[in-house]
Parts: sequence; C-alpha cells; structure tokens
Amino acid sequence: MWLVFQKEVKELLRDRKTLFFMIALPILLFPLLIGGTLYVGTNVVKGAVEKTRTYAIVGQQYSDEFVGKLKEVEQFSLQTLPNEVQTKEQIIAYVKEGNIDFVIEVPDNYSAAVLDSGQITLKLYRNQAGLKVVENKLNKIVSELTDIYQTAAFSSLGLSESQQVSVITPIEVEEINVADERETQGESIGGFIPYLIFMLCLQGAMLPASDLGAGEKERGTLETLLITPIDRTKIVLGKFFTIAFAGVTSALVTVLSIALWTAVLSRGEAGEVLVKFMSSIDAIDFLLVFLMLIPVVAIFAAVLLTLSIYARSFKEAQGYMTPLVFVVIIPVIFAMLPGVELKGVWAWVPLTNVALAIKELIKGTMDYVQLFAIFGSTAVIAGGLLAFCIYWFKQEKVLFR
Amino acid sequence: MIEINKLAKKFKVENPKKLSDQDKKDPRLQGRFFHSVREVSFTCNDGEVLGLLGPNGAGKTTTLRMLSTALKPDSGTINIGGADILKNPVEARKQIGFLSGGTGLYGRLSGRENIAYFGQLNGMSNNEITKRIAELSARLDMDSFLDRRSETYSTGMKQKASIARSVIHSPKVVILDEPTTGLDIMATQTVLKFIRDLKSDNVPVIFSTHHLDEVSELCDRVTVIDQGQTMFNDTYEAFKALDEISLHEAFLRSIGKPKHEMTEE
Repeated sequence: MWLVFQKEVKELLRDRKTLFFMIALPILLFPLLIGGTLYVGTNVVKGAVEKTRTYAIVGQQYSDEFVGKLKEVEQFSLQTLPNEVQTKEQIIAYVKEGNIDFVIEVPDNYSAAVLDSGQITLKLYRNQAGLKVVENKLNKIVSELTDIYQTAAFSSLGLSESQQVSVITPIEVEEINVADERETQGESIGGFIPYLIFMLCLQGAMLPASDLGAGEKERGTLETLLITPIDRTKIVLGKFFTIAFAGVTSALVTVLSIALWTAVLSRGEAGEVLVKFMSSIDAIDFLLVFLMLIPVVAIFAAVLLTLSIYARSFKEAQGYMTPLVFVVIIPVIFAMLPGVELKGVWAWVPLTNVALAIKELIKGTMDYVQLFAIFGSTAVIAGGLLAFCIYWFKQEKVLFR
Repeated sequence: MIEINKLAKKFKVENPKKLSDQDKKDPRLQGRFFHSVREVSFTCNDGEVLGLLGPNGAGKTTTLRMLSTALKPDSGTINIGGADILKNPVEARKQIGFLSGGTGLYGRLSGRENIAYFGQLNGMSNNEITKRIAELSARLDMDSFLDRRSETYSTGMKQKASIARSVIHSPKVVILDEPTTGLDIMATQTVLKFIRDLKSDNVPVIFSTHHLDEVSELCDRVTVIDQGQTMFNDTYEAFKALDEISLHEAFLRSIGKPKHEMTEE
C-alpha cells in the first residue's frame, strides 16, 4: 500500500497543474485577492470621503448657527440656486439633473428654543447614490445642535442633569456579556471555519482523485497495475491516502496563506487580532479540530475515488464530481444558520454535526463526550464508504466499462 | 507451459437500445448479455511462441485479459505449469508478464522509475531491480532515454519501456497484446528480437497480432479465434498448409471465409 502511496505522491508533486492548484494558487491568489480588495476598497472610500460636494441652502436666513456649521465642513461647497429654482418640484428636478449634490431646506420655524418652535424638520434633497458621506456629516452637525437645544430646553424646565438623561432615555437595556472573548469571536467566525476547511479539502482532493482513477484508465496504466501481485485493496488504500493527503495539504496551505497575507497586508493589525484569538484556543482543541477533520477527509477521498474509478475519462470524472460540491455545501451551511446547535437531530446529521462540533471547539464550549459520538459516527460512515470503494474497485464492470 | 481450456466470458450490455443493427445480428448477443468469448482453447509449451490471430472484435483482447487475470472467466480453466491460476490469481500474477494493447506509462516518472515501480510491486529487492533494469535496457536498447520523463518518449520508446516493465520480474509466461502496433520498423525489430530472446530463454510467449509476417518469423503455434470461438489451433506448419500460396489466404480459410467469398462481400 505504501509503495502505491509513495509513487502516487511522487507523481502528484511532479505535476505542475496539481502543484499550481494545490500550492501556488493559494499562495499567490489570496494575496492578490486580499491585497487587491484592500487597495481598491481603501482608495474608493478615501476618494468618496475627500470628494468636494456642492450644496445649496434654502431658507438660510432662518438659522445662522446651522448654516455656519455647514460652511465649516471642508468637503462641502456652498452654491447659490438659480432664481428659477424655487418650488419643491424645481429643487427635486435640479438635484436629479445632477446640477448640485444636495440641497437643504431650513424651515421658517427654526429656533434654538425648541419648546416654543416645536420640532424642527430639515429637508434634505439628494440623490440616493453615494451620498452616505453627506448624511454622516449632516447627522453629526444635527446631533451636536440637538444636544445643545435639548440641554437648553431641559434647563429652562428646571430639570437636573440626571433627570434630563432619564427623560431622554427612560429605559435602557444594559447588556452584560457572560461569554468570554473566545466564545464571542468563536460564535462569529466558528461557523465559517469548517465551511472554508471542508471546501478547501474537497477542492484540493478533486484534481488528484480524477487523475488517480479515471486518469489511469485513460492513460492505460490501470490495467497494468491490476495484474501486479498486489492486493487490489492495497491499491485502493494507496490511492485513497494520496487523495486525502492532497486535500489536507491544499487546505492547510490555503488557510496558512490567508492568515499570513491578511496579517502582512493589514500591517499586523489583523494579525494581532488573529494571533490573540488563536492563542486563546487550547492546544487540545486545535488537535481535536484536526482529528475531527480526519473522517471528513476520508469521506471526501472515498467518494471522489469511487466516482473517479467509475468514470471512463478524466473529463467524465470531473463531471461526476462537480455536483458533490453542492452535496457538501448544504449540510455545512445548515451549521451556519442561526439557531442550529449541536443538539437533537442536528447532532446526527453527517458533516453538519462535525461542522457544529468544530465551531464548539473553537468557542471552547464543546461537550467532549458528545465529540466521541460524532467522531465515531463520522468514522463509521467514512469506513463504510471506503469499504464500498474497495468493493467497487474489484468490479470488472466498473474497471472495464 | 500454459494450457487454456474452454474459456468463456460474457458481459452485460449496458444500453441495448444503442446497439447498431449489425451488432444485434451478432450471434454472441443473447438477451442482455454479449458472449465475448464462448469457447477458446489452446496450449503453448515452454520455449514456444504462439500467435493469436483473429479479426477485430473476435475476442482476442478479452482472452488475453483472462490469461493475465485482469478478468475472471465465467467458465473454463487456465493452467501454468500444471497449476490452476484462477484459484490463486494474486500468486499467479508473479508468473505472468502482460503487455496490454494501448498500454501507457506514468508520464511524470522516468522509464527507469516506471520499471522499478513494477519491480517493487512484484516484491523484488532494490539490488535485483537495478541489475534487471540494466539487463533489459541493454537488450531493448533503452540506455539513451531511460532516465528521461516518459511523457517525452516517442511511441517506440514507450513500447520498449512498457515491455521492460512487463517482464521486470522474469515471468514464467509472457503475454503480449499487439506489441508492434504503431511502431516504426526499427522499434518493431527490437520488439521481435526481444520475443526471440524470450523464446531462447525457454519462456512461452503468447502474442496477438494482425501482422502475418511476424507470425511467419516467430511463431511455432497459431491459434485463430473468431466470434469468441477457437477456429484453428495447431502448429505454424499446419496453419501454413491451409493455403500453399499465402498466409493471408490461410487465415481466411481458418475462419471459414475463403478469399473469393471475402471479395464478394
């Protein structure tokens, strides 16, 4: 069996296509994706924030204070509306045509003495697209003035500072998070980690699986292998371990690449968060996450090899394997849904239970007794699939289709 | 010595609706099964070369695959040196060297690595493998390319490496399925010389071919099969005697189709 494994791994490592998809792509593609996204994202946001917006004020004579604060904003450039733009409809049409970025209408009841004037309604005419920056800056001004006007109004009513707070927010919910940082962060990203690892393992195993079964048939080397005095079970096991090795290697390289380049490109900030989070996870939990992956990878390798052996050609094998991605995604997505926990029926759904168990391990809330049951049931499934693969490999109707 | 007695093998037809009208008329099609080999028998003694002849689709490859233990016969027996190989096929494979038609090499391994891998699978030690590869490389004139990746080989180089791979373990019987198909004259001569060497080493060789000149050059015995049945099984001299003018006519006579009938068809 190890003879077959060694030879298959040697061939695998000499295959430029496999090496590209298994090692080069994760190392080169992820920095490009992460770096590119960060670069483009940063520049787009920076451009949007720094862009000068033109605006006009209708009724600026009603509030020197508000208008003064608006004029202080560096990125806002005050314009004068043409004389023919007077009514609401004309203002809407003027903004819509792109003549100006936004118009603010100050009502004639605007007053700092809100108890006398009542609620003040400022009208903002703007196009929806790309003006979140305007909204944010306006809200900041409005918020500052609101605080000043509220304090003045409450003082005139003779309310103390604490009474003012009670009137503004009569009921407040104080959240006391009993979860530690690891559990909180684990809840946020713990569901995504098994999804990422499962998919990477599957994708990494697909190419070698196609080559080791259907590829051998297509090249005419399988028949020669079948007539050597080595038990066919050992041939299957050698190929099975090669596929599993490729899947795990691909996943590890990709995860390490993501971690490394995220840390490098975010100039260490994300790296610190990552290191802090990772260091909060016990070594034993890391080991258990890895152990839980073993039967999952075994399931993938057995199914992929079974499909590959059945296929007549590399292309046919790829056709059979593509739908398998969806078969794997669905149970893992279940594990990411809110409210789905490692209890009841979900604890017995294959792959979903492993994904949930990995999430619990990352959070540090795993019931280790339950882990044995999940590991055992997944290992039984993997064993069953491998046994079927061996049986399948001994069928003439499969080998000589 | 290898003895084959009344071998038979049928395959289930995967999609009978896709069969052509000509296929449907084939007497070997019975219900959902295609009886690829119905009754094939022949014997090849030590030091003899047996030529297996037959039209395309006659059942030659299926017969040879059964001899190599890649396929299990539905009935019949195969004995090598008096032992029934079907009782212990794994052990029997150590005694058989088989080169299938359209065989391939592992392209990302060199010829030497390909051959050594099969030596290891046959339980040979590294020393034995090194010595045997040196011997085969000299015999088959492979020294100049043996350490190059086999994906860069020409058809002739591939065939030489494939033959070396199939006999690395010094088998008691060698089975070659159309070993010279697609080869140039030089490579063909190397292969034919190798078969002669095996014969002089007293190894029985069974090889299928469509080239009657190879039969006349090498064979001691000739077996002709058609539609899954043995049509002729005797010495080369007896085969030649079927028609005094040409081997081609002798072959047609052996399958019951004299030349004039073929012309009319």
